[in-house]
Amino acid sequence: MAPASKLSQGIKRASRSHAYHRRGLWAIKAKHGGSFPKAEKPAAPAEPKFYPADDVKPRTPSTRKPKPTKLRSTITPGTVLILLAGRFMGKRVVFLKQLKSGLLLISGPFKINGVPIRRVNQTYVIATSTKVDISGVDVSKFDDKYFAREKKQKAKKTEGELFETEKEASKALPDFKKDDQKAVDAALIKAIETVPELKSYLGARFSLRDGDKPHEMVF
Amino acid sequence: MVKGRTGQRVRLYVRGTILGYKRSKSNQYETTSLVQIEGVNTKEDVAWYCGKRMAYIYKAKTKSSGTHYRCIWGKVTRPHGNSGVVRAKFKSNLPPESMGRKVRVFMYPSSI
Repeated sequence: MAPASKLSQGIKRASRSHAYHRRGLWAIKAKHGGSFPKAEKPAAPAEPKFYPADDVKPRTPSTRKPKPTKLRSTITPGTVLILLAGRFMGKRVVFLKQLKSGLLLISGPFKINGVPIRRVNQTYVIATSTKVDISGVDVSKFDDKYFAREKKQKAKKTEGELFETEKEASKALPDFKKDDQKAVDAALIKAIETVPELKSYLGARFSLRDGDKPHEMVF
Repeated sequence: MVKGRTGQRVRLYVRGTILGYKRSKSNQYETTSLVQIEGVNTKEDVAWYCGKRMAYIYKAKTKSSGTHYRCIWGKVTRPHGNSGVVRAKFKSNLPPESMGRKVRVFMYPSSI
């Protein structure tokens, strides 16, 4: 029902009888044979035996889902990237694809500059305008689980063995990873060798020299 | 720092000089340092460097984590004035000995 208009604060436009007529309760009463229909009250819950000391609302778990990391527009599959930090800083490397975690999958190729198939974060990378054709490379088998660390098996030790140093840590790369590297690199190197000087470009490291101004460089 | 690297030494940082603290004539605010980055001469040039991480590296007598070198990390926050000087905040305030010494301004987090 439209709200009652008022002439001024506290003075309504409609008179008492006019307002009663407007509200229409008489019509509902008439429809139900003289009396206003009473809704059935739902049964009141039994008084709980225990009241918690504080009136605290339980926190609802957050339903927020993190967005997938946006890939910079300059980074497309096949782009040559310059690594800015870490063990391979300065190396020029080929970008293969973005993994579900948001990290970038890259490969040296290993034969050219010693960078294996690896994950790297977008912010530690400069994208150059050089592109390599990676249509011949199959990267569907690589995902974040491939790079997960192997869980150490904790064997129960006897008292004597507790004082012996752990000799378990085998750091050798499993063979299947070496084969994966070769498979990816074979296709990559073929594409790289078709472009003149790209191989030595990828083998060389990037470095800043005297007088270089990164903010004026075009990569 | 160089981890016993025998290969090429690459420089992936820009050199900067620590000028001192943010200050007025007779008050200084040590939480923010002023840094002059090499080759940066205008306020517009600084925009590229905003947010980039920097490291103040110094030597100490005792070894910590296997090396005599220690580091205070920070980042470029904003330009200071019109001529390319930059304000920087570090994880802990820079010591006064750092004035006039070098700082490394890295190229990450990169947005190129």
